[in-house]
Amino acid sequence: MDDPTKQSLERTLFAMISRTAIGLRSILALILTAAFFIPIVLGFWQTLLPSFGYIPAIGLTRIEVFAGQDLIAEPGFASSLRLTLVTGFASTALACILAFSFCAMIQNRIAKSATERFLAPFLATPHAAMAIGLAFLFAPSGFFSRLMSPWATGWQKPPDIITINDDWGVSLIIALIAKEVPFLLLVILSALNHISVHKFMATGHALGYGRAQIWIKIIIPQIYPLIRLSLYIVLAFSLSVVDMAIIIGPSNPPTLSVLSLQWFSDSDPLSLRLATATAIVQTLIILVAVTLWFAMERVVIVVGRWWIRKGGRGPVSDYLMRFLVTMVHVLLACSVLALISLVLWSVAWRWQFPDITPLSWSVQYWSYVLNSDQDILFNSIAIAACTSLICLSFAIAWLEWQNFETPSIRIIVFCIIILPLFIPQIAFLFGLHILFLRWGLSGSLIAVGWAHSLFVFPYIILTLSDSWRSLDNRYIRSAASLGANRMKILLRVKLPMLLRPLLISAAIGFSVSMGLYLPSLVMGEGRIPTITTEAVALASGADRRLQSVYALLQALFPMIIFFAALLIPRIIYVEHADLRGDRQ
Amino acid sequence: MTKLELSHVTIWLRSSRRPLINDLSLVVPSGEVTVIMGSSGIGKSTLLDFIGGHLDPAFTARGNVKIGEYDITHLAPEKRRIGIMFQDDLLFPHLSVGENLLFGLRSDLNKVAGRQALIEDALASADLAGFADRDPASLSGGQRARVTLLRSLLAKPQALLLDEPFARLDKHLRTDVRSFVFEHAIAEKLPVLLVTHDEVDAAAAGGKIIMLQESSI
Amino acid sequence: MFRLGLVLTAGFLTLTSSVLASEKWNETLAKAKGQTIYWNAWGGDQRTNAFIDWVGEQVEQRYGVRLNHVKLSDTAEAVTRVIAEKTAGKSSDGSVDLIWINGPNFLSMKEKGLLAGPFAQDLPNARYVDFSPSSPASVDFTIPVEGYESPWRLAKFVFNYNSARLASPPRTMQEFLIWSKNNPGRFTHPVVSNFLGATFLKQALMELVSDPKILQSAATDNNFDQVTTPLWTWYDELRPTLWRQGKTFPASEQAQQQLLSDDEIDISMSFDPAGAAAAINDGALPGTIRTYALANGTLGNFSFVAIPFNAKNKEGAMIIANFLLEPETQTHAQNINVLGSFSVLDQSKLNDSQLALLAALPTSPALPTNAELGKTLLEPHPSWMIRLSKAWKERYSQ
Repeated sequence: MDDPTKQSLERTLFAMISRTAIGLRSILALILTAAFFIPIVLGFWQTLLPSFGYIPAIGLTRIEVFAGQDLIAEPGFASSLRLTLVTGFASTALACILAFSFCAMIQNRIAKSATERFLAPFLATPHAAMAIGLAFLFAPSGFFSRLMSPWATGWQKPPDIITINDDWGVSLIIALIAKEVPFLLLVILSALNHISVHKFMATGHALGYGRAQIWIKIIIPQIYPLIRLSLYIVLAFSLSVVDMAIIIGPSNPPTLSVLSLQWFSDSDPLSLRLATATAIVQTLIILVAVTLWFAMERVVIVVGRWWIRKGGRGPVSDYLMRFLVTMVHVLLACSVLALISLVLWSVAWRWQFPDITPLSWSVQYWSYVLNSDQDILFNSIAIAACTSLICLSFAIAWLEWQNFETPSIRIIVFCIIILPLFIPQIAFLFGLHILFLRWGLSGSLIAVGWAHSLFVFPYIILTLSDSWRSLDNRYIRSAASLGANRMKILLRVKLPMLLRPLLISAAIGFSVSMGLYLPSLVMGEGRIPTITTEAVALASGADRRLQSVYALLQALFPMIIFFAALLIPRIIYVEHADLRGDRQ
Repeated sequence: MTKLELSHVTIWLRSSRRPLINDLSLVVPSGEVTVIMGSSGIGKSTLLDFIGGHLDPAFTARGNVKIGEYDITHLAPEKRRIGIMFQDDLLFPHLSVGENLLFGLRSDLNKVAGRQALIEDALASADLAGFADRDPASLSGGQRARVTLLRSLLAKPQALLLDEPFARLDKHLRTDVRSFVFEHAIAEKLPVLLVTHDEVDAAAAGGKIIMLQESSI
Repeated sequence: MFRLGLVLTAGFLTLTSSVLASEKWNETLAKAKGQTIYWNAWGGDQRTNAFIDWVGEQVEQRYGVRLNHVKLSDTAEAVTRVIAEKTAGKSSDGSVDLIWINGPNFLSMKEKGLLAGPFAQDLPNARYVDFSPSSPASVDFTIPVEGYESPWRLAKFVFNYNSARLASPPRTMQEFLIWSKNNPGRFTHPVVSNFLGATFLKQALMELVSDPKILQSAATDNNFDQVTTPLWTWYDELRPTLWRQGKTFPASEQAQQQLLSDDEIDISMSFDPAGAAAAINDGALPGTIRTYALANGTLGNFSFVAIPFNAKNKEGAMIIANFLLEPETQTHAQNINVLGSFSVLDQSKLNDSQLALLAALPTSPALPTNAELGKTLLEPHPSWMIRLSKAWKERYSQ
């Protein structure tokens, strides 16, 4: 073949590939819109309708006024609202402060890989399981009380004091913080990679500032924009959490999400109106809360600047930081004790106050669950595994192709992706379920898996994109200069180098899927029982022994995957020190 | 003023027996610049870390650091009053130039207006009058280096460590900034320890030159 | 001659109708074979779940029907599901084949036309049940059943107490008040939005009201406040002496049982007369717990199963409803090692061998005898309980 023909052939080939690339991009965009955006909007719409009085199933086909008036008139609604706002804001703010203090203390003293290993159990334990464990620790008849009775306290019977389920939601805040601090620690630690912390610390010390002040005045202001989105997600979650609120939150009145769930479960179909209205109110609250938080940031900045200009180098910040770090240690110790007590309960026969360990032991519940509930285990693991793998592939596709998109499109699609994390689940799942029924999709593994991916996908994107983008561009350029095309670069350079972050994101996706309750329940129509649906169904019954078995199972599988994610790169890359994850 | 003295400083990685810095002793007299030279990776920056008080936990060290008559080896880093300048200027990006300088200024002066006047004077003395409200990112490399030195000096240090601070600057800027730094430091009668692998820098310093070599045991 | 003809005709009609009925039943059996039934039932109790599993094994062996237990945390979940399906226009191939239901849930489903039937009296084993007009099988919370649900389990409102902590438990509401004042923080009831909590209030109302008959008719805006005054007076005195000073309440019967097990309270309540004995067997409660009923009679009712209007496998559902009424099944359920749930069958309709099976069941010190359970009171009109819950929320929500 002579040169001109060869060249024109190459040109045509190249044009074809680019068009395929465009085609792939469009397909991807189409899938994202069809699979994400439209169903969420439609689901939300279907939930909106009953709140305006439109419930055709019982014959109400007129659109009336929004049920807001009736909501406010309901006794206890105002308290529920106050409670939700207080617990949401307090837990997020405290978690943020505690996480930063802890990072300030451990930075440079513990290797990042060691921190990830140590955080893994706390990240993997689902919220409900942690709440159950902590509830047992703090109850007046609980573990701490038993440790000290009757020799220290003189109690022969548990005292009648309110520790858990208290009116101000303090125990709920503590439980929320127990899960949020490890998550924020992970996020902050990865954000620290973007600035030269050591040098800033050195500069700050040289100018006479202690560790705490350097963190507050110099490092945090630079990192905060990087973790802002994660903080908003934590805030949205705290404001709409259901399972933790049921287990350890106040009951009279409960938080808005529990109130909404109660109305959804009410035998009177008219309560549907109130239930959906509450869900809509919750969505509005999240919107308002994020805006409020943003406004608070501005205020803090102004105050902070004034403080910096004063130039004070006092020791107060250091004492405060040391105190906060002690609090974090206490919190983590409580989480560990909570897990241990779950283990003890799962093999206990009879355990009564004030014994510190069970009176008699039995593994009957473990054998019962493992023998007769195998389909439940299968469902949970299969859905979690498939969802995380599929979402991971999509995430890779998205991250790989987003270089082509214009920034505005990228931002819009990103907002669509994280939308499910900001709308309370109950607000769109109910409506979505009705749609799925009409389309004949309801009750299948696919419907549940799809509902799970709505939440798994954003988490995978969030945890992966940072490492993906930080991959040194020069590796790609070198590979391209050596003649590798895009696909080859992806498969033989990018993915192998990013093995560790990929596995960690997959592990996070897996544990998110394991812990999902409402999506499995609503979309599966009860035909797809998972470990979590069983655990919550049992939480309404209360044999702690069975609860603990399920809670531990909930935590066990994600923990295994997490440790595999941390271990596999060490094995595969045993001879490649840079990729093992020791230095990062 | 005071001198900077190192006695029998040995630094080594916890996991190895071979020390990075082996039994180093030196005295930097007040108002003079001592240069430490050596190939990359030999431990120059680690030595500065040790003097400044933020040695990475992966290392252990023996030996003493004294400023004047005070032994500061076990003092907290923020109490040592030893200034440092790095290769990257490390001006805090979220603060304005003026706020960066105010950060460095000791809070002995409680009057806000007095502090503001002080930094304005400092800027004027460096040909940067009116730069107080500027974003550090909008300054040129040479300007940033000057602001960094001003910030360090405003904190009234007793010694100054320079970790290859001119390496990023291009040739003609280098000479200007270098003379600026040395003049000011010497005017304040500070003992200065300069770490570099550039011979021109070393020569311009005009003080002792110490070559660090691969130590062997 | 004429009378003979009448008798013969009647006999012939009975024979034909029973032949027809058994033919119809054979058809149902044939259609049901190979079906998979989704029985939506509350899954919060381990032993009930195990019993339902056992039922599943039996019906598969005998009739080739597969049973799938959909575990609910609240019956209303299934009700919502059926409503959603009706909204979506799904009038056949519904996802719920059978629901464990009674009371207010039954009322709302029946009123909104969400149930299939009538079917209960067409079941072969219906002959063992007392369907007389005012029996618990015919009237569910004063609502006529009319064959839209079939009974399977007996619920009776009982109390459990820790005999190690108190020798003689209170047997009337006034005695409760006195005892609780002397032992503050050792008694409570589930939240009133929970069925058991509302029933406690209802039981108290029935005992404290001056004229019990008024509760049989609907509550009106005019008489509600006046009738319930003695209740609120009593409750206002009781509440500060309750566990956690009456500021927070356990969410369910099982949550309350856990409190009893943790020694945080001394008395709890339940719908299952054999529940405590079963729990002791299981290690969930200490061996000193005893069950008893109030002195003046307590509320009791049946739990039923109903079939939604759009159920996919109505035949299989009926097979299961019928199997639940089998005397052997009811005896098996009453066995304290299985479920300990009292039989719904009319003992006067059982033959000697079936009665002997019942008598041979194991006993336990915590298990009350039928006699000890005392009189069953008639349920008041459902409007009373609905209003009571609402009034309690208004008075005591914070």
